[in-house]
Amino acid sequence: MDIELKQIGVIAGKEFWDRIRNRWVLAVALVFTAFALVIAYFGAAQQGAVGFRSIELTIASLVSLVIYLIPLIALVLGFDAIVGERERGSLDLLLSMPITRLELILGKYFGLSAALAFSTVAGFGLVGVLLSAQLDTNALFHYAGFMFSSVLLGMAFLSLAVMISVFASDRTRASGLAIAMWFFFVLVFDLLLLGALVVSGGEYGGAVFPYLMLANPADVFRILNIFGLEEVRTLYGLATVFPEALSRPWVLGGVMLAWITAPLGIAVWRFRR
Amino acid sequence: MESILAQIADPSVLAPVIEVCAVSKRFGAVQAVDGVDLVVGRGELFGLIGHNGAGKSTLFKMMLGLLPTSSGEIRIDSEAVTGPGFRAVRRKIGYLPENVVLYDNLTGIETLHFFADLKGADKRECGAALERVGLAKAASRRVREYSKGMRQRLGFAQALLGKPQILFLDEPTSGLDPEAIREFYAVLRGLRDEGVTMILTSHILAEIQERVDRLAIIKNGKLQAVGTVQSLRERMKLPLTIELARGAALRLHIERLLEGLPVGRIEVRGEHLLIQIPREAKLPALARLTREEEGIDDLHVREPSLEDVFFGFSD
Repeated sequence: MDIELKQIGVIAGKEFWDRIRNRWVLAVALVFTAFALVIAYFGAAQQGAVGFRSIELTIASLVSLVIYLIPLIALVLGFDAIVGERERGSLDLLLSMPITRLELILGKYFGLSAALAFSTVAGFGLVGVLLSAQLDTNALFHYAGFMFSSVLLGMAFLSLAVMISVFASDRTRASGLAIAMWFFFVLVFDLLLLGALVVSGGEYGGAVFPYLMLANPADVFRILNIFGLEEVRTLYGLATVFPEALSRPWVLGGVMLAWITAPLGIAVWRFRR
Repeated sequence: MESILAQIADPSVLAPVIEVCAVSKRFGAVQAVDGVDLVVGRGELFGLIGHNGAGKSTLFKMMLGLLPTSSGEIRIDSEAVTGPGFRAVRRKIGYLPENVVLYDNLTGIETLHFFADLKGADKRECGAALERVGLAKAASRRVREYSKGMRQRLGFAQALLGKPQILFLDEPTSGLDPEAIREFYAVLRGLRDEGVTMILTSHILAEIQERVDRLAIIKNGKLQAVGTVQSLRERMKLPLTIELARGAALRLHIERLLEGLPVGRIEVRGEHLLIQIPREAKLPALARLTREEEGIDDLHVREPSLEDVFFGFSD
């Protein structure tokens, strides 16, 4: 396949620096920092305690936050990547350059991913630095794992967003689809699974249930983080529900990579038609 | 319609640069372009005209390799536009889309740097390109502050990056004021002198009729005619118009004077008298009119306009 990395780099560079210049990266990083600090120091305020307690409980709280926030940010970031260019009329101009459609879409994706990853790592990383005096190596490793999986979650939803931007005929539809996708994966999906389980009285689908959770990148992210933390695993009561074979980080990481590559692959296929 | 061989044999076509061979494009039930054969020679300024929806844009996009053909082939410098050598082809091309929309958040010079990177052009060209289109002073202003005409000129500067050998210009003077239009065509003349081939579309026929070397008229996806404006006038056998200044009062007298000649419509417009006459009757008519010493202040012979030619072929 004829791919020029330089062309991908030019598009990615523009997308990334656009977000730096318009302070998008800064704003998102500050939101992450603020939320992470509040959760780390005031997460237990309802129990009458203030101050940092443990990294495991902090990560568990952050996971709940990130599951809402990062998919939304990623979908908003990427929903108009292609359809926006088409609607503005600049897509034809870009495609008249010595660039393939594959290079264009990869450049867009990598540039936006870099902006999202940078703001995620900067935002949560700053909190990690502030907490580092109170953390041992193991805790820091878990926190780094949480940041890395947050980046993967963002990339998975960004991949879905780019897919939407290729299929949608205009920006309005693309934004509607992005919101619908957020509702489905973040709010509805787990309720549907739970509903099915309750309706069947746990008789049917109990064994399939954990596997079905892999069909949602937000759930994969949740499992990936929670299974690495013994205290939280017990807290969530998941240790007895979730099969050990699926809880290995490399399996879950592989599933997350599939969530990144599959929508992007579909987007490339559609865009090249 | 001329075959591609006849077009290549046309002495006004120098070395063929763009070859469109039996190209068709169908979108579902709609035949957007139907069996078009077209050759554009090196250094030509070529016009492509037609009604909205005639198939110009589709043909344009296929020539740029943005749309695949349903059948037929398009070559630029003997290389298929969508073939393995497409990058080399595109590095020879500059394209100015209709109503070009650039990136509001970038400055003029940053916009050109971005496109220079994509084209693999030397970034040092960017300043000169801005100078050439008269935007040197606005180089560091953001595009969002540009007027429509400035954006159009920036789009043109973008098309000039990489020293293209072929320029595709879609409605290039849209949004430009008359002075900018004159400057724009002066730049095109300079480029033609450098051997650059240019193909442009325009709805303003009066603007291009004296400026293009040849043109093609397209209707319902089919090429109706190709040639110089003069050759198309002759082929259509459109009448000339003799305009007599302050001749309205002499209408009956003039009609008698021209008796026996194949005179067409005679029309009074204000103080002027307009007489349509076949090309072959021009000299005898002028001989009779210039013998007339009283009443006629001045006369003017007008060729049929490109608009007349266009409607002649497309009606």
